[in-house]
Amino acid sequence: MSESAQALAARLEKRFGETLVETRVHVGQVTVKVAAEHLRSVCLALRDEEEFAFRQLIDVCGVDYLDYGRADWETSEKATSEGFSRGVERREDRQETIDTGRYVVVYHLLSHENNQRLRVKSEAPGDPPCVDSVVDIWSSADWFERETFDLFGILFDAHPDLRRILTDYGFIGHPFRKDFPLIGEVEVRYDPEKRRVVYEPVSIAPRTLVPKVIRHDERYAGEESNDA
Amino acid sequence: MPEIQNFTLNFGPQHPAAHGVLRLVLEMDGEVIERADPHIGLLHRATEKLAESKPYNQSIGYMDRLDYVSMMCNEHAYVLAMERLLGIEPPLRSQYIRVMFDEITRILNHLMWLGAHGLDIGAMTVFLYCFREREDLMDCYEAVSGTRMHATYYRPGGVYRDLPQSMPQYEASRWRSNKEVDRLNADRQGSLLDFIEAFTERFPERIDEYETLLTDNRIWKQRTVGIGVVSPERALQLGFSGPMLRGSGVEWDLRKKQPYEVYDRVEFDIPVGVNGDCYDRYLVRVEEMRQSNRIIRQCIDWLRANPGPVIVDDHKLVPPRREEMKEDMESLIHHFKLFTEGFCIPEGEVYSAVEAPKGEFGIYLVSDGANKPYRLKIRAPGFAHLSSFDEMVRGHMLADVVAIIGTQDIVFGEVDR
Repeated sequence: MSESAQALAARLEKRFGETLVETRVHVGQVTVKVAAEHLRSVCLALRDEEEFAFRQLIDVCGVDYLDYGRADWETSEKATSEGFSRGVERREDRQETIDTGRYVVVYHLLSHENNQRLRVKSEAPGDPPCVDSVVDIWSSADWFERETFDLFGILFDAHPDLRRILTDYGFIGHPFRKDFPLIGEVEVRYDPEKRRVVYEPVSIAPRTLVPKVIRHDERYAGEESNDA
Repeated sequence: MPEIQNFTLNFGPQHPAAHGVLRLVLEMDGEVIERADPHIGLLHRATEKLAESKPYNQSIGYMDRLDYVSMMCNEHAYVLAMERLLGIEPPLRSQYIRVMFDEITRILNHLMWLGAHGLDIGAMTVFLYCFREREDLMDCYEAVSGTRMHATYYRPGGVYRDLPQSMPQYEASRWRSNKEVDRLNADRQGSLLDFIEAFTERFPERIDEYETLLTDNRIWKQRTVGIGVVSPERALQLGFSGPMLRGSGVEWDLRKKQPYEVYDRVEFDIPVGVNGDCYDRYLVRVEEMRQSNRIIRQCIDWLRANPGPVIVDDHKLVPPRREEMKEDMESLIHHFKLFTEGFCIPEGEVYSAVEAPKGEFGIYLVSDGANKPYRLKIRAPGFAHLSSFDEMVRGHMLADVVAIIGTQDIVFGEVDR
C-alpha cells in the first residue's frame, strides 16, 4: 500500500492544486490539509471521482493543539556530562489561547476499490470552532461528529442532530480539550438529606505522575526521514 | 375504534439483552419500531484522555479494557501504531505469536458472541457449549500472560515473553475428584503449543456441534433470516467493517487486503454473506472461527520449527532482564529511565488498523516527540455499527431489536471507550 502513497499524493496535488494547504507523506500514509471552506467540495470529489473512490469514512476525530510540543519539564541535550536536568521548576504557565489552528478535525478515509487510505485534516476556525458537516456525504459521520462536538466543542454546520453523545446528561464543558483537567470539574455522591445524587466541585487536586518530556533521539530521527 | 398513538419505550440500560449499558429510547407503533435512539456513554472512561497523561507503555493495559472480549487485538493496534512511528520491526517469531493470539482472540470473541446471541433469541444450550471452549482459550491467555483476560502481552517491539514450555495443572480438591483432574490435565502435560494444538484438533468438531444446534434450526432461522438487512452500498456508507460488512457481501478483510505482521504468509479464506441479514452474519462468523483455527495450526507449525527472540534487543524500548540489571550498571540505568520516564516517540502521526473480531479497530496516534501520546484516538468498530442501529431496526418488531443488537456484536467497552 505504501508504494502508491507517493503516487496518491501526486494525484491529489494534481487534481486539487491550490485547494490543498499541505500534502504530506509520513510512514507511508498520506495526509492532506484543506481549508474549512473547501472541505465539503474536496470530500465530495474524493468520494465520487473514480480515481479516488473513497467510499468509506472510517473515522472523524478532533485534535486540540493547545499544548503541542510543550513539555512539563525542561530537558537539556547534555544529559550524560551534567546529569539529567530534572531539578528545574515545573512550568505552570499555559500559552495564550491560540485562535487559529487550535482545533483540527481529522477524517480518515478508505477506498476499497483502490485499497488506499487518506487522512484529511481541516482547521476549525472561529469561536466556537465550526466546520461543515459531511453527514450527507458519508452517513457514518453522524455519530463521529456528535462525538467530536461532545468532546471538543467543535460545531458541525448542517448536522441534523448535534447532541452530546458520550458524556453525562447535563454535562458542562468539553472534556478532551487540553485545558480541561483530567480529573474533571465535578464529582457526585449520594446525599442522604436531599435523598438524591448531588454534584459538587472535585475535592482532589490534579497531579502529574510522570511528567511529559520531549527528547530528540537521533537514532530514530534518521529512520524517520527514510520513510518520509 | 379509538385512535392508537405511538408510545415511547425505554429499553435498558439495565437489560440482560442490551449487552452492557445500552439505553435505547424506542418510539413504537404497537409492536413495530418507528424510531430508535440509542443513548451511549454510560461506560465512558475517557481512555483516550487517560492515555494522554501516561507514558506510552502504561496505556497498553487500557487497550485490553476497551473491547473486553477481544483483548489482544486491541493491544495489537496500539503497539503497531507505536512501532510504525518508531520505525522498528518486531522479530519474526513474535509476529507469528501475535498472529496466533489474534486468532485465538477471534475465536474467543466469536464464541462469546455466538453464546450471547443464541441466549438472547432463545437458544440456551449454545451458550454452555461456547463457554466450555472459551475456558481452554482463556487458559492459553493465562499461560502466556498470567491473566485470563486483560493480558498486556503485546509490547512495542514484540511480545512480553516467549511461549511457556509447560502448562499450569489442575489440582484435586474437595470439589474436583482425581478422575476429574486427570481428565482436565490430559492435554496439559506438554507445552502451551501442544495444548493449543490439541485444542485445534477438537475444535472443528465443536463448531459442528454448534451448527447442529443452530444452522438448520427452524426457530433460529425464523428469528434471523431477513432480519436487519443491510445492502452493500449502505454498509459502506455506514462505515461498517468486519463481519458486518462481509455479511452484506463486500469482500474486505484487512488481514488479506492490507496485511500486517505475517498474515501474508498464512493461508485462509474470507467468508462472505449474500443477503446481509442476521443469518448471513451468523454464518460468516462461524466460518471465520474455522478459518482462525486453520491459521492457528499454521502458526503452531512455524513456531515449533523456528525458535528465536520474541522482542527487539533495544533497551531504550524494552526493559533489560532482571539478572542483567543486578550485574550491569547500564542495564540498571535503562531500567530506571524506562520506568520513570518511558521512551519518546518521534514527532508524527499514524493510523494503524487491525482486523479485530468485530471489524476494523484503529488507533490514530499523534506524537509531538514526547514520552506520552499527544492525542490518541480509538476507532472502535462497534461505535460505527451501533450508529446505524436506527436504520437497521426501523420497521422491525420489538423482539427483533434484541436480534439486531446481538448481530452487531456490541461490546460497550469499545463503544463508549
